[in-house]
Amino acid sequence: MKDSLRDIRLLDDLARRQNPINKLHPLVKLLTTIIYLAVVVSFGRYEISALLPLIFYPVVVFALAELAPGRILRRIAWVMPLVIGIGIFNPVFDHQTVTIMNSTISKGWLSFISLVIKCVLTVAAGILLVATTGMEKLGAAMRIIGVPKIMVLQLLLTYRYILLLGDELARMLRAYSLRAPGHRGIKLAAWGSFAGSLLLRSFDRAQRVYAAMCLRGFKGDYNTGDDAKVGVRDLQFLIGWVAFFLITRSYNLPFLLGSFLTGVIGQ
Amino acid sequence: MSHHRVEARNLHFSYPDGQAAIQDISFTILHGEAVGIIGANGAGKSTLLMLLMGILFPDSGEIIVGDTRLTPKTLPMIRERLGMVFQDPDDQLFMTTVRDDVAFGPRNYHLDEQEVASRVREALAQVGILHLRDRAPFKLSGGEKRAAAIATVLSMKPDILIMDEPTSSLDPKSRRMVMELLKSFEHTKIITSHDLDMVLETCQRFLVIKEGSVAADGPAGEILKNPQLLHSCGLEMPLSLQKCPICGDQTKNFKSG
Amino acid sequence: MHMADALISPAVGGTMLAVTAGLAAYSAKKITNEMDEKKIPLMGVMGAFVFASQMINFTIPATGSSGHLGGGLLLAILLGPYAGFLTMTSILLIQALFFADGGLLAYGCNVFNLGFCSCFVSYPFIYRWFTRQGLTSRKILWGATASGIVGLQLGAFSVVAETLASGKTELPFSTFVLLMQPIHLGIGLVEGLVTAAIVTYVWRARPEILEKAAIGGALGDRSIKKFLTGLAIGVVLIGGALSWFASTSPDGLEWSMERTAGTTEIEATDGIHQLFADLQSRTAFMPDYGFKAPAGASSEEAISEETASSWPAVDAGTSAAGLVGGSLTLVLAALIGYLVSLSKKKGSKAAA
Repeated sequence: MKDSLRDIRLLDDLARRQNPINKLHPLVKLLTTIIYLAVVVSFGRYEISALLPLIFYPVVVFALAELAPGRILRRIAWVMPLVIGIGIFNPVFDHQTVTIMNSTISKGWLSFISLVIKCVLTVAAGILLVATTGMEKLGAAMRIIGVPKIMVLQLLLTYRYILLLGDELARMLRAYSLRAPGHRGIKLAAWGSFAGSLLLRSFDRAQRVYAAMCLRGFKGDYNTGDDAKVGVRDLQFLIGWVAFFLITRSYNLPFLLGSFLTGVIGQ
Repeated sequence: MSHHRVEARNLHFSYPDGQAAIQDISFTILHGEAVGIIGANGAGKSTLLMLLMGILFPDSGEIIVGDTRLTPKTLPMIRERLGMVFQDPDDQLFMTTVRDDVAFGPRNYHLDEQEVASRVREALAQVGILHLRDRAPFKLSGGEKRAAAIATVLSMKPDILIMDEPTSSLDPKSRRMVMELLKSFEHTKIITSHDLDMVLETCQRFLVIKEGSVAADGPAGEILKNPQLLHSCGLEMPLSLQKCPICGDQTKNFKSG
Repeated sequence: MHMADALISPAVGGTMLAVTAGLAAYSAKKITNEMDEKKIPLMGVMGAFVFASQMINFTIPATGSSGHLGGGLLLAILLGPYAGFLTMTSILLIQALFFADGGLLAYGCNVFNLGFCSCFVSYPFIYRWFTRQGLTSRKILWGATASGIVGLQLGAFSVVAETLASGKTELPFSTFVLLMQPIHLGIGLVEGLVTAAIVTYVWRARPEILEKAAIGGALGDRSIKKFLTGLAIGVVLIGGALSWFASTSPDGLEWSMERTAGTTEIEATDGIHQLFADLQSRTAFMPDYGFKAPAGASSEEAISEETASSWPAVDAGTSAAGLVGGSLTLVLAALIGYLVSLSKKKGSKAAA
């Protein structure tokens, strides 16, 4: 759990750095990501080669934002088992075969590989969005596309309190584990009062925080004072990538490239 | 300058569970005064502050700030003039950067962004943490958090500063920093604490609270020289006024103010 | 049981996103009308609490394994169904964004499976039924346990339905159901017990919190029925429209998701979506103009939408081309990434 908190803080820090990607308008990044995800998952279940060019997006954004790949790869690895768990049944149930380069392969495996690639791409794109934008700016972008005020506010507050409660919880867990050596987790019998007392403390804190907000003139509006307009660069980013996604979706680029090369060699 | 005056008249307050927290408290604090409200844990100090800020409303009695009586209607106006620093800075810092936190108040009063920026700069410079403005509040040390919390209130340019335990859980150096900061403010100040040495340095007048009532009200010197009174209220003489246990010398003589 | 993006199709993801957006908008309207503003920070803290509590594993007696809280039911009991549901949407969004725990496209599915099932089905119909004549710790226990089990069964079934509707798995329906439901029987039981434990603790220590939630979020029988009927009609309409769209124009399927989203929440960007749709239809025409693969490719390798989307069906020659091109693409991507970061590093060194 400490890892989770550290991850949140790290992503927060990453989002606060200055680089070409972080400087883009949050709305543009949000839209690009959503479109990207839709394009990725829209490919047929046996598709592999046509999917591959889509890896350009995370790779380029990654490099432009100067992110270290290690952490994000770890995140992807963390989500993988779930997808593999369901996808692994594809080879079991799908016995149709196809011949590729003189070897016969089950279509189930193709769909499995396709699924895994999609998983890698979608997870990477999602993490990139947060790592280059940050929660508060995403909230602002959500407001622009018309998400109700109360939801965005609620989201930002939740996000803020995860860190605070996380610290409190870490202290409680430490105290618990010191008195319960060798236990894994908390006994179910004690769980209710353990979590319950954390909850009550949280209630009290919520009230104090709300009081603190009201004392500084809070009337239900979360003013971030950050209303940058969408600029030319933002539009270029959005249109450029979306065009690329659409071209990738419409033409099997690796296949074109491959036929060109094999054609040339063949002659 | 009567508009910086704070007056409490016969305040009574009980919590919903029936516990009477404040019983008949009255006092008047004049412009420019620095008043320390002291008392044991659970004496009613924090409740009193909540009443002053209009977070709670008294069962009977009234609070007057300047010439205005505190009612739900006048609340926004009065809150603009009172700035309260909470005991736990984490309750007060909830944005992702120090700058946004300090700007939170001014933005809520819809000042234009330029004015907000200059107020933020001013407030942060005043508490000496201008260099931390882009940091996340949760990454600050205890002392820095406290300074940031104070800045969030200063940026609203209040006439009266109210502080709940401003030096609790600070290391000696941070405590010293906060004390110097308090002394540098020319606002009317109301400070609650058990840290009597701090209150002694920053306030000229003491208000001792015991079981929800005023046990004593007067110049710091008189009250702190009365060990019986302090003891009966769950307090002790400030260390700076006690005999030194090592050399046996009473090195510091208190000049009554 | 958070679903990942890779497991759903745009049509399913889009339908569920639209449903979720509708539910959330309705809940937001409900609570702005009904509740005192004090609930806003409370929702934030409760959301954080559920988030944090999911990190406290508890040991399940006699098994040596551990589990954690889902939270939807707890939120509904402590905050009322509408505020509880909204809080759940925040939690799931943060999990999706920061931990890739459930994808962004699958977000609608996840909110439905984990939030809707407990806040709008098992809480009002089961928990409230058990506790309709006042609270006792026994009633809390039975109510929460039954609601926990029902909520998770519904959620697990939704996962199965959504995955199968997306066509991403070859698992037959019956196998999948038999795989998911029994596991979630256990998880639901634990969820119920743990929720009961916390609720009982809160009820003993601070009964007024529960009373407030019950009043604030009371679901009049009429309003919830109307609401559910409306929802069911909505789902049928959206789902029906999408599948009709999908069957008549297979290539349009992907963009149907964008369109639904466009009408429900992304109003500001309608123009852009229109643009995509146009682009899509224009590019779809290309094959009809007899677009040919460049230099040297034989006529049977002409690229059309059909061959592109059913690559394994075509012959060995095209597969080879796919393999060669695919690997080249990857190499190229790696190279570009490397070059960009190299130039970045140089740039920052020069600046320093």
